[in-house]
Amino acid sequence: MPQPEIVISDIYKAFGDREVLKGISVNVERGSTLAVMGGSGSGKSVLLKHLVGLMLPDSGEVWVQGQRIDELSGKDLNASRLRIGYLFQGGALFDSLTVAENLDFVLRRHTTMNPVERREYIQNVIAWVNLPDVANQYPAELSGGQKKRIALARAIILNPDILLCDEPTTGLDPISVRTVSHLIMRLKAERGITSVAITHDLLCAEIIADNVAFIFEGKILQQGQLTELRSSEHPQLRDFFG
Amino acid sequence: MNGFTKIIEEVGGIATFSIKVFTQLFQRPFEFRELLRQMDETGSKSLILVLVTGCSIGIVLSMQSRGTLARFGAEAVLPSMLALSIVKEIGPVITSLVLAGRLGAGIAAELGSMRVTEQIDALEVSALQPFKYIVITRVLACVVMFPLLTIVCDIIALLGGYIEALLSSNLDYRLFIDKAFSSLRLSDVLFSTGKTCVFGFLVSIVGCYSGYHVKGGTREVGQAAMRAVVIGSLLVLLADVLMVRLSLILFGS
Ligand SMILES: Nc1ncnc2c1ncn2[C@@H]1O[C@H](COP(=O)(O)OP(=O)(O)OP(=O)(O)O)[C@@H](O)[C@H]1O
Ligand SMILES: [Mg+2]
Repeated sequence: MPQPEIVISDIYKAFGDREVLKGISVNVERGSTLAVMGGSGSGKSVLLKHLVGLMLPDSGEVWVQGQRIDELSGKDLNASRLRIGYLFQGGALFDSLTVAENLDFVLRRHTTMNPVERREYIQNVIAWVNLPDVANQYPAELSGGQKKRIALARAIILNPDILLCDEPTTGLDPISVRTVSHLIMRLKAERGITSVAITHDLLCAEIIADNVAFIFEGKILQQGQLTELRSSEHPQLRDFFG
Repeated sequence: MNGFTKIIEEVGGIATFSIKVFTQLFQRPFEFRELLRQMDETGSKSLILVLVTGCSIGIVLSMQSRGTLARFGAEAVLPSMLALSIVKEIGPVITSLVLAGRLGAGIAAELGSMRVTEQIDALEVSALQPFKYIVITRVLACVVMFPLLTIVCDIIALLGGYIEALLSSNLDYRLFIDKAFSSLRLSDVLFSTGKTCVFGFLVSIVGCYSGYHVKGGTREVGQAAMRAVVIGSLLVLLADVLMVRLSLILFGS
C-alpha cells in the first residue's frame, strides 16, 4: 500500500503554558482533500503551519511525501516547500508589489523562464482565477474575494503537488465562496493535487471535502465524511453545525 | 519577568540577530535589485529631513557662536570652529539621530506589519529567504546611505553657517572656505563620517529586529516602532562616546 501523501502523527504544540495541539494524528491520501474544521482559536492555523515547517512540534512527527518535514532544514526544507502551495488566512500578498509582480516574484526566483514567458504564464494564471484585469493593481486595491483568488494563484503558480489553504473562503459572499471552492476542486480534478483546507464554511466544505477532521481543544474530536459529522450526536459538533 | 532580564534578553536578541546578518551577508543569492531599491528609498525618504536639519544647525550654530566669540575678540575663528564642530561631531550625530527616528521607526513598522500580515511567512514557505531579502538589504542600505547623508548634512550646515556669516559680517566665501578647511584633518573627516556606517548598522539592525519579531497584532507594530527609535538613538549615542574615545587614542586630539 502506498504511503499517504501527508502523515501527521501525534503532534503536541504549546506556546508558553498554553497547550494548543494535544496529540493530533491525521493522514491525507494522495489526490484527496481534507477539510479541517473547528472553532476559532482551536489551533487550526497552528496545525497547518506544521506542514511547511513554519512551526515545529514539541513532540510528534510530520511526514510529507515520505519526508520528515520537522527534521528538515536549509536546502532540503526549501525543496520540500516548493512542492507545497500555501494560501494564508489573510492572503499575505506582498503589498509593495502589484498583483503581477507578486506572482512574478516567485516565478523569477524559482524558474528559468524568460520575462516574456513569465508574463504570458502569469496572464494565464490570473485568467484561471478569473481576474484578468487586476494585474497592475496593488493588493490594497483589491476586494477580499479578489485577494483570496490572487493568493490562490500565487500558491499554485509553481505547480505544487500539495495545496494548503487557511480559510480560503472566510468573509466572502456565497457566490465568491462557490467560485473559490470550485477552483480548488478543479485543481484536484485537473492536476491531482492533494489539499488540506481549513474552513468554517459548510458550503465550501461540502464542495471540496473528501474527508473532514474536526478539532476541539487541541484534539481531533471526530473524522469522517461531512454528512457523518453533521449527523453526529456529539454536543460540540451539534453546536458547531447548528 | 522584571525589567532587567528583559533588557538582557533584548540585548542578546539583537546580538544574535547581528551575527545572523554577518553570516548570511556573503552567502548567495545576493539581492542586488532590492538593495538598490532600498538605498533609493532610504535616500529619498530622508533627504529633505537631512537638508532642513543641516541648514538649521549651521545657521543656529553660527548665530550662537558669533556673540560668544566676539566677546573674546575671536570672531575670526568662527569658520574653523563651525567646520570642526559640524564635521567632527554635530553633523554625524544629529544626522544619525534624525535618521534613527525616520528610518528606525519606518523599518520597524514596515517589517512589523509584514510579520503580522504573514508576508514574512509567505516568503519563508516560498523558499525565498526573507532574512536576506528583507533584513540584509535594509541593513546594507543604511550602512551605505548614513555616511552619504551625513556628508550632505555637513555641507548644507556649513553652507547655512556661511550664509549667516555673510549676512551679518559680509565674509568673503574664499576666506571662509579656506579657514574652515584648514582646521580639518583628513583623518578627522574620514573617521567622523565613517563612524556613521556603524550608526547606520545599529539603527537598521534595531529597526529590523523589532519589526521582524513582532508577535500578535497591530498594537505591537506601533510599540516596535517606538522601541526601535528609543533603542536605536541610545545605541547611536553610546557608540559615539566609545568611538570618539577610540579616535582620540588612535589619532590624538
Ligand atoms: N505564534 C504564536 N505564539 C503564541 N501563541 C500562538 C501563536 N500562534 C497561535 N497561537 C495561539 O494558538 C491558539 C490557536 O491559534 P490558531 O491561529 O491556530 O487558531 P485557529 O484555529 O486558526 O483560529 P481562527 O479560526 O480564528 O483562525 C490561539 O489561542 C493563539 O493565541
Ligand atoms: Mg486560523
